[in-house]
Amino acid sequence: MAQDTTSWGRWPRQQQSVTRLSSRFDALPDAAVPMLPHGNGRSYGDVCLNQNGLLLKTRGLDRFIRFDPRTGVVECESGVLLREIIDLVLPQGWFPPVTPGTAFITVGGAIANDVHGKNHHRMASFSRHVLCFELHRSDGARYICSPSENPAWFGATVGGLGLTGLITYARLQMRRVGGPWFRGDSQRFGNLDEFFALSKASDHDFEYTVAWVDCVAAGKQLGRGIFMRGNHAHGEGREPKQSKLHLPFTPPLSLVNGLSLKMLNQLYYWRGGAVQDDALWHYGPFLYPLDSILEWNRIYGPRGFFQYQCVVPEQDAERSIHEMLMRISKSGIGSFLAVLKNFGTMPSQGLMSFARPGTTLALDFPNGGAKTLALLETLDDITREAGGAVYPAKDARMSAASFQRYFPMWRAFSAYIDPKFSSSFWRRVTGSTI
Amino acid sequence: MRRILILGGTSAIAEATAREFAKRGDALFLVGRSAARLAAIADDLKVRGASNAQSASADLRDVDTHEGLIRQATESLGGLDTVLIAYGTLSDQAACEQSVELMVQELQTNAISVMSLCTLLANQFEVQGRGVIGVISSVAGDRGRKSNYVYGSAKAAVSAFTSGLRQRLYRKGVAVVTIKPGFVDTPMTAAFKKGALWASSDAVGRQIAKALIRGTPVLYTPGFWRLIMFIIRSIPEFVFRRLAL
Repeated sequence: MAQDTTSWGRWPRQQQSVTRLSSRFDALPDAAVPMLPHGNGRSYGDVCLNQNGLLLKTRGLDRFIRFDPRTGVVECESGVLLREIIDLVLPQGWFPPVTPGTAFITVGGAIANDVHGKNHHRMASFSRHVLCFELHRSDGARYICSPSENPAWFGATVGGLGLTGLITYARLQMRRVGGPWFRGDSQRFGNLDEFFALSKASDHDFEYTVAWVDCVAAGKQLGRGIFMRGNHAHGEGREPKQSKLHLPFTPPLSLVNGLSLKMLNQLYYWRGGAVQDDALWHYGPFLYPLDSILEWNRIYGPRGFFQYQCVVPEQDAERSIHEMLMRISKSGIGSFLAVLKNFGTMPSQGLMSFARPGTTLALDFPNGGAKTLALLETLDDITREAGGAVYPAKDARMSAASFQRYFPMWRAFSAYIDPKFSSSFWRRVTGSTI
Repeated sequence: MRRILILGGTSAIAEATAREFAKRGDALFLVGRSAARLAAIADDLKVRGASNAQSASADLRDVDTHEGLIRQATESLGGLDTVLIAYGTLSDQAACEQSVELMVQELQTNAISVMSLCTLLANQFEVQGRGVIGVISSVAGDRGRKSNYVYGSAKAAVSAFTSGLRQRLYRKGVAVVTIKPGFVDTPMTAAFKKGALWASSDAVGRQIAKALIRGTPVLYTPGFWRLIMFIIRSIPEFVFRRLAL
């Protein structure tokens, strides 16, 4: 049955068939069109879409296989959410070593996009803590993959955007924590120089560091923002009540626009809680500030929004990021959720992994059509020139030429793609037609 | 700690219900057709907190297996106090209209075999003087409609049977729970277009677990189906027979 499907960015909107997997032992469907695994649909662009193809929805593969509270090793099916893993392991003193800004992602999606978090400089990306997984190919073959067993399949599947086959289950190493708390602080910085200095000074003592940047500020205030840092901590605090807000409908037009952005950025920068010394945070608001607002992505209206996340190497980082922020500020389009972070130097495990040494900037823009696309193309020019890369998990528009510059291994990777698998993203960035 | 037998343990609704019991630390015994799928679900229930989770594979359409299965579950759990009968097939109405054999088969699966299990379990629970028997019937059993009256009449038989059983066992300390789900989004209903009336198996599973714990006589899940079915039952026949339901 063909359905209109979108990703978390709510753009593009594409027709495709959908089937739900319910057992990891089943053979893959014998489909005449290309297939693509689809977890909880939290990636933004079209890496999780497959126009005119078949989506294999994996949320029905949500069984735990075992958890050993002495070693912190969890084995589970690929449709289990990080949220569900945390609920299982945290009461016994464990936590996922790497988590992105939402816990509503599946294990399969975390591996396929080799996701990263605020502690990348310490813990590298998600796959670093994947002990092994099973890869199920459309010819019926099943490979157990780890850095030592079938390492080539492991390296291709990690960050492989779901194209190498279906991940049925995975074994993950958790890390010890003293409870749900984080201790740290947050402070304002006046410009990019100050950000880089703060980041340098903090990365040694703080496992988690991240900055929010005011994308509207210009001139001397360009690149001002708020720097947050913290560590897992023992703490005596009250668990926050799980108040769930829900955006119950899509407003007819984006609530994020030039006017509201200016106000929001100003307010956020100057708000009372922006500066805190020695704060005790629950992991929820610290790691997943937006998870408490269900379907927050609707705020951008029916046309959806674009995410743009790039990484630029260290030597050019300051200049490149400065240039990007200037272009954004000048464009008047602006972004509210602008995040800046220095990645660590540990290499990623995947042929196609995104995270690499340098500085990463993540932004989101309401879909304003050609004007927005032109701005993003300008940002790509800067990223390309700096020798950086754009994150496929958040992309809906990069050109094939850009992609192939960012991921020169893509040809080698293609050899591992399952002949019956494909995605809208892959066809777009390689110009292939199936 | 409850000792729970689930017949049809790989169904999505059964699995969702089992997870609710696992969270509470109960012990479970699952019966279904696929040994591998049952074992995967049992492992999951243990990780989620079940104090014990065992399984056996069997074809429940075959009533001759029933006595042995109940004995095996009772021994394995060291007693039995709650049962959920959750298996069934969504009959192909058009095919059943053309084939008596198929129609009889559907009634065997969805009604006769269920009554067989209920009979054996009722006698066992009557002797021990306590227990809960939950049976998944359906709102489709409340009134026969042309779109699915074969499935509907099997479920009507189950609803009537459990209603009588409930009266019989009321003074013996045994509760019988007739469960009537509406539209539930599961693999069994994968081919249907989903609308506002559809519920998730997780939500339905939570309500079923609660009803089994409380011994609720008749559970419509989600609850608004009680009203919908009241209206459908109230439509006079001279109108009803003209409707395309």
